[in-house]
Amino acid sequence: MREVAVVGVGMTNFGISEKTQIEMFSEAAMEAITESNIEPRDIQALFLGNVLGDFEEGQMNMAPMCAADIGIPNIPATRFEGACASATVALRDAYMWVASGFYDMVLAGGTEKAMVMGTPMATRTFAMGSDSRYESFAGITFPGAFGMAAHLYSKKYGIPLEKLKEQMAIVSVKNHKNGVLNPKAQFRKEITVEKVLSGIVIADPLQLLDCCPFSDGAAALVFASADKAKDLTKKPIYIAGTGQGSAGPLYTQKDFTVVKSREVSSKRAYKQAGIGPKDIDVCELHDCFTIAEILAIEAMGFFEYGKGSQASEDGETALDGKIPINPSGGLKAKGHPIGATGAAQAYEIVKQLREECGERQVKGAKIGMTDTLGGDLATVCNIIFRR
Amino acid sequence: MEYKLTYEKYKEALIGGKFLGLKCNKCGAYTVPPKKVCLECTSEDMDIVEISGKGEIRTFTVIRVPPEGFEGPYIVGMVELDEGPWVMGNIVDLDPDKAGMDLIGKKVTTGHKVVKGDKFSAGDGVALAFRLQD
Repeated sequence: MREVAVVGVGMTNFGISEKTQIEMFSEAAMEAITESNIEPRDIQALFLGNVLGDFEEGQMNMAPMCAADIGIPNIPATRFEGACASATVALRDAYMWVASGFYDMVLAGGTEKAMVMGTPMATRTFAMGSDSRYESFAGITFPGAFGMAAHLYSKKYGIPLEKLKEQMAIVSVKNHKNGVLNPKAQFRKEITVEKVLSGIVIADPLQLLDCCPFSDGAAALVFASADKAKDLTKKPIYIAGTGQGSAGPLYTQKDFTVVKSREVSSKRAYKQAGIGPKDIDVCELHDCFTIAEILAIEAMGFFEYGKGSQASEDGETALDGKIPINPSGGLKAKGHPIGATGAAQAYEIVKQLREECGERQVKGAKIGMTDTLGGDLATVCNIIFRR
Repeated sequence: MEYKLTYEKYKEALIGGKFLGLKCNKCGAYTVPPKKVCLECTSEDMDIVEISGKGEIRTFTVIRVPPEGFEGPYIVGMVELDEGPWVMGNIVDLDPDKAGMDLIGKKVTTGHKVVKGDKFSAGDGVALAFRLQD
């Protein structure tokens, strides 16, 4: 395998958009292509994350239309679907195909327009990530799955639920604080623990501000072989390692406070990069719910199992903490257009490693990592980037 | 080898009052709900057996913002069956507002309820229904 670098990135504002999924993707894609100092015709393939386009706009097979919209209608253009991890799965495949030598330059990213569905339909379609035969008829929802995770965590580690809820609220407060510093974020205002704890309950014990929003948005990256990258940009950001792991339906996972798909994925990424969790300077991870961030920082090895909630309370994941988590504001404040999320995480890490993040810059960050989760902990995909 | 215990067969049995699963002839483990192979050892050599439905609640949530087609609030829980596997279903005959951490570890029996499908669900379905043991 040969070395691969990201040579350009692009991203729309996240939130509510009047643009179509194709229009949003084209904006992000052309920003990435322009930054790469190439033309669309230099791109040899498009890997596109998109989850619910069929339901949101009645649009199937969007990838060829996205390619056509930027003037390259005849390249192979393929949709990747791994629920909320879709874009990272697309990015990882883009990396592997360039690393293998099959392609020299690939455009990868994702797009999503979830706001148009409204909450009941969005809740229905997001829950399609559960086992449709053996789980969905119980009316399980995505927040419901993580609500169950929070209760499991509380019981397993003997942390009283009220205490755990405060620690979870601190995660939300931290990510909102970071979001204020991100001009592309959906929510740019600080909140308090009291505000989180007074929100409506979505799925016990998760309250409104424990949950990320529905969002519209797109993000894209150009991957190039390292030899080409040096001619295109002064700041290539290299891929040091990647991993992807799976797990079956939630009931097969039993104690799902230990996210096995993530253990498999992150170990594989660390191994390839030849480093460990302590070497990561900055991380964007999948905080779809506050408890999800706590589970993630444990399975990725930043903190021991059962210690993640206390570490969050102690500020160890803040911008100036031991391991800054979600400087972009995370899914919670930046927004979560599901098919685009992994690409937006990679966008943030590339910008961090180029030191282009202004007030939310993690000073001197040299190695960064993304972590994206799809379905009921069924897909996790990790990418480690380095300067 | 043909799929031994399909969803259709599992569902029809449940509606008829029988909770079916698979028991492995190689390692003795139970696989519930059914899969093509034993989830412990991947053997296809399994028999269809009746499951006791007895178990303990491991975790739960109360769904207050339901998907289209459902009306909240209702309780979803995961039960560890005496046979070993975990299964998901609804905890019924209990006021959702009274569901708290003390539910975890409580013993249950398992029945079922028929759930009307929507245009995405390929027909009606069944959910396991857990009741607290007296």
